[in-house]
Amino acid sequence: MSVPELKSVGGSRTARPAHGRRRRSLIAWAFAAPYFLLFVVFGAGPVIASLGFSVTDIGVRDVRSPFGVNFVGLSNFAELFGDEQFRRAILNTLYFVAVGIPLTMGLGLVAAIALNSGINRLKGVFRVSFFAPFVTSIIAIAVVWRYLYQDDGFINGVLARIGIAGPDWLNDPHWAMPALIVMAVWRNIGLPMVIFLAGLQGIPRDVYEAAAVDGSRGFTTFWRITLPLLRPTTLVVAVLLSIGYLQFFEEPFVMTGGGPLDSTISIGYYAYEQFGFGEYGMAAAASYVLVAFIVLLSLLQFRIFRNRG
Amino acid sequence: MTTATLPATDERATNRRPFRISQPLTYIALTAAALLMVLPFTWMILGSFKDNSEIIANPAAWLPEQWTLSNYADLVGGLNFSNAFVNSFVVAVACVIGNLAFSSMAGYALAKIDFAGRRLLFGLVLGMLMIPPIATFVPLFVLVTNMGLSNTLYGLILPYLVTPLGVFLMRQFIGEIPDALLEAAQIDGASQWRIFWQIVLPLCRPPLATLAILTFLAQWNNFLWPLVVAQTEDKYTLPVALALYSIGQNGTNYALLMAGAALVVLPILVLFLLLQRQFIQGVASTGIK
Repeated sequence: MSVPELKSVGGSRTARPAHGRRRRSLIAWAFAAPYFLLFVVFGAGPVIASLGFSVTDIGVRDVRSPFGVNFVGLSNFAELFGDEQFRRAILNTLYFVAVGIPLTMGLGLVAAIALNSGINRLKGVFRVSFFAPFVTSIIAIAVVWRYLYQDDGFINGVLARIGIAGPDWLNDPHWAMPALIVMAVWRNIGLPMVIFLAGLQGIPRDVYEAAAVDGSRGFTTFWRITLPLLRPTTLVVAVLLSIGYLQFFEEPFVMTGGGPLDSTISIGYYAYEQFGFGEYGMAAAASYVLVAFIVLLSLLQFRIFRNRG
Repeated sequence: MTTATLPATDERATNRRPFRISQPLTYIALTAAALLMVLPFTWMILGSFKDNSEIIANPAAWLPEQWTLSNYADLVGGLNFSNAFVNSFVVAVACVIGNLAFSSMAGYALAKIDFAGRRLLFGLVLGMLMIPPIATFVPLFVLVTNMGLSNTLYGLILPYLVTPLGVFLMRQFIGEIPDALLEAAQIDGASQWRIFWQIVLPLCRPPLATLAILTFLAQWNNFLWPLVVAQTEDKYTLPVALALYSIGQNGTNYALLMAGAALVVLPILVLFLLLQRQFIQGVASTGIK
């Protein structure tokens, strides 16, 4: 019954005159045109242009004549990697990512497990309070935490009460970066928490029952059953967090100015500084290094989490 | 038989919950953590009602000795924060409208109309999802300047009228609308525009709401682009005004800074509390802040 019906629909499609198809394409393009016009001019175009900028000596003097600049090959990149400050920015960014992401993911997972452990009361309140920092402006948060981190500020006040003399967090080259990482973990923990929570709830209960029948308990179940089943979720979280953490810019902008002694300067901050100096070619090159890191780290995470699967 | 076995399995399931942590302990730990999470906000709000001599007191008291509104008055009066508030709002709303309108149209074409170039366009969108704003701000600034739009609200809005996320979300959702529904309308002679307007859009309320929330959030909190484009105080958005004020010569007036931070944060926190489900689901499903 249904087969001839299907055939006749297919038949009428192929039999449609060519101008009908062209018409359909035209209509589709009309629907898509406003979006893609803006998208190409302000999104995809600048991505290509940025790559173009990175191999020229374009600067603030060329704003009105961006096509009258000189091609300089890879010399911007050579200059970047020859600049100790930029190498420091790369190391700092990687430090921020390598310490910040595992911490954020680990604590987010712990929070998700706690919320999923069968508690009912106040669950919504906990979820909202863990997630709230993630939706608020990083600038406002950085301003507030700068105040908390003052030498005679709230955090050192609390530490003093339990007999610890806290450092002058943001003015100490050793403590400035850990201080920013703690703030980032606090701000971002809600993201892994909600994604892990969804992942945990997606694990069918009979898997646990089967494990329990086989005598698996507590931590073994977590290590052998839960974690492996959360692998796809973990990948999503890792990719999202690394895109965010690699862009690390507002925190040093508001809290440290990249200091002290360049200890918190990031690739993003460096790129913005070059732009401020009027060195647009250098700024574009630095930002492309950042894009390269984002792509590399995402690919790496795909490999790690896929291969073990 | 069946009624007897069902409750039994249920009970077993709850007994063999994967991780049995004692409940009171879980509650204590979660409450402590939640208090830590809201502490900076509490400190910000209380601080915003202190005067500046009180806020630098050491050790600082939790509650203001003398509650004052003077910080807010100074921000709104002398420091143009009301202007920045309006700018932030206008930019965010304009971007929401643009994203909803353009993304739903393009998403419909990509999901439901078979046309040449369809795959290429969607591939472009996917490719752009991972690209951070820092990768494009330099040429974008040159472009906007040459259009005569630097230091204007148009310059702030235009590059964010459409986002890859918008089309991604809309195409995903519209793709799940059954073809039969649209074909039936087509057979009745409805034009593509009518199908889109009268059938597809009304079904799209959930993703449109998600997209509206995410766009508003992203624009309200956006920093790099407004920082680059807005050059005079009257064009600042809230984060730009707050950031530049905080690193300026009055950067140690923490009472004022706490009030400024509160003005940026509170509207979003209120929205978040009202629409928490949509916020959390939206952000969790896309990961975009």
